[in-house]
Amino acid sequence: MTDAAVLEVRDLHMQFPIGGGILDRLRLDRRGIRLENPIVKAVNGVSLRIERGEIMALVGESGCGKSTVAKTIARIYKPTRGEVRIDGTDVADFGYAQMLPVRARMQMIFQDPYASLNPRQRVRDIVAEPLLEQSKTAQMRAAVPDRIAQLLARVGLNAEHAGRYPHQFSGGQRQRIGIARALSVTPGLIIADEPVSALDVSIQAQILNLMKDLRDEFGLAYLFISHDLSVVHHIADKVGVMYLGFMVENAARDVLFARPRHPYTRALLSAAPSIKPKRDKEEILLTGEVPSALDLPSGCCFRTRCPFAWDRCASEQPALQDVGDGQTVACHLIDEPERDIL
Amino acid sequence: MKDAATPVLLEVRDLRTYFHTFSGTVRAVNGVSFEIGQGEVMGLVGESGGGKSVVGFSILGLIDSPGRIEGGEILLEGRDLVTAGEDHLRDVRGREISMVFQDPMTSLNPLHTVGRQMDEVLRLHSDLRADTRHRACVEMLESVGISRAAERLKAYPHQFSGGMRQRVVIAIAMLANPKLIIADEPTTALDVTIQSQILKLMRAQIADKGASMILITHDLAVVSEMADHITVLYCGNVVERGRTRDLIENPAHPYTRGLIDSIPDTSERLDRLNQIPGSVPDIRTLPAGCNFRDRCPRAQALCATEEPVLAPQHNGLMAACHFPLQPGERP
Repeated sequence: MTDAAVLEVRDLHMQFPIGGGILDRLRLDRRGIRLENPIVKAVNGVSLRIERGEIMALVGESGCGKSTVAKTIARIYKPTRGEVRIDGTDVADFGYAQMLPVRARMQMIFQDPYASLNPRQRVRDIVAEPLLEQSKTAQMRAAVPDRIAQLLARVGLNAEHAGRYPHQFSGGQRQRIGIARALSVTPGLIIADEPVSALDVSIQAQILNLMKDLRDEFGLAYLFISHDLSVVHHIADKVGVMYLGFMVENAARDVLFARPRHPYTRALLSAAPSIKPKRDKEEILLTGEVPSALDLPSGCCFRTRCPFAWDRCASEQPALQDVGDGQTVACHLIDEPERDIL
Repeated sequence: MKDAATPVLLEVRDLRTYFHTFSGTVRAVNGVSFEIGQGEVMGLVGESGGGKSVVGFSILGLIDSPGRIEGGEILLEGRDLVTAGEDHLRDVRGREISMVFQDPMTSLNPLHTVGRQMDEVLRLHSDLRADTRHRACVEMLESVGISRAAERLKAYPHQFSGGMRQRVVIAIAMLANPKLIIADEPTTALDVTIQSQILKLMRAQIADKGASMILITHDLAVVSEMADHITVLYCGNVVERGRTRDLIENPAHPYTRGLIDSIPDTSERLDRLNQIPGSVPDIRTLPAGCNFRDRCPRAQALCATEEPVLAPQHNGLMAACHFPLQPGERP
């Protein structure tokens, strides 16, 4: 399986039934009393592929399902439908025990460096935990302390930090601990869910530089979840744009930033503030807000906010289509470019 | 820093706000001075712990024990707010100076309707009759882009989305026609397309009413699009201030340069970001000399012994640095 991608996701769906007691779900209308089963459709048919050493970013606004994609791939959630192939093996239906060896190949870094470290564990135990889970022999376990010292040094912490507790560290240092923990089992893929959005800008730059260095050094692949387009532009090789659980555009970074095709991508890029004065950039202003994932619009997910939307968008859901240079876009404007005027 | 022609609205002189905690005195704001002219937008930027929010709270007299304003003056059209009594401050808050907070969920009362919370401002700060107040609230809510305003006045905060809630907070802040709005990270909790809607709205409201604004944020990109002037704080001190474009394009202070270079920019591709090494020092045990010297690539022996003071630099900038950058120079 040497030619298999580090990660390949095909037609991933993730739906969450909303719980609540019977009384919460009872509805009374003209036809009588019904029991509702509301379902949040968080991810609707997402496909993506990441090669060894590649960084793919998923961008989108809150509620677009990007974090759910990350957690489903990490198998924190069990997908409703679809394939998640890690090094060619579909792990979508794996149980806990089957996942254990897979977790040595795939690790996660979380957004909140305060909540993602156990406050009652020392740094050395935090970093050692995944490694000890994976170590079957006494000999392997004996090598753990040396490995931890190595890892801490690599992420820019020193040996005396190993005996301290998380509260003794700043946000940036804690994120370094989280990275060391993820690296401990030498994974090929790291899923990073907003790893720098809780950090100050000068610290954010340090962590982004560290993550890039580690990619070059270990040939790591990242699935990098972020809402910050300038961070994504800096770190990613390719970018997927998500809206309401759908992938609406997918392209190499330079293609996406130079020629965004989907109206939502174009609006996102034009809304991002910049310290450089704006050149005569296209400006697409979005009105309104994202609809609820409990009640998706018919046809195109974006039509309720899209300045171009016409009747076809309400009746027919656009499929992702290839527009050249490996760029795929889910928008009817590709078929009817004459409508692309504001 | 304001242009000579515009009259001064607010002048802060040598403001010191300290917090006396068990583990030592936190000099959160330690000698901050700036001016804002009428109709101007000033950006107050810096990283966490820079003291930018405390400056905002100090202006409104919202510093609680163990915090205290230890010294300095806050002159609103010449009257000092530091020495003013609570009665006078209560008149100032909401009517002359109002505030927009970061988190629109916690800055609205979940138990009262939006209409009641809006009406409260006018009830306290005007002599208008109930029906006139109601009409003013409807108009204000419409002007911040909320449709079916009369109906929405009866709704509770949880019935609004985050962006809509922030519109309500802005409507409340604008209701009594304040002269100054202090906006503390007003868009940090919002998505980027909503952020751009809210920023446009705030700019339009301010231009419309001729009000001034202090925009407190960690996001240099946001201030560079909104502010006329920028003041950069580091460890409770002003390290640099000046007109927005001059400061962004040719900053004199190495910290400002470092902040700007830390932001990835979509128009160019760098392999590595120019990071500022280290992190913000513990504000309870600041070293002698310049607070930034441990992280500064230009630091020399002088920086360890003598604290730099704000001094005029190129392009009308003011910077507190012994070895300031010249235009085009890199640290």
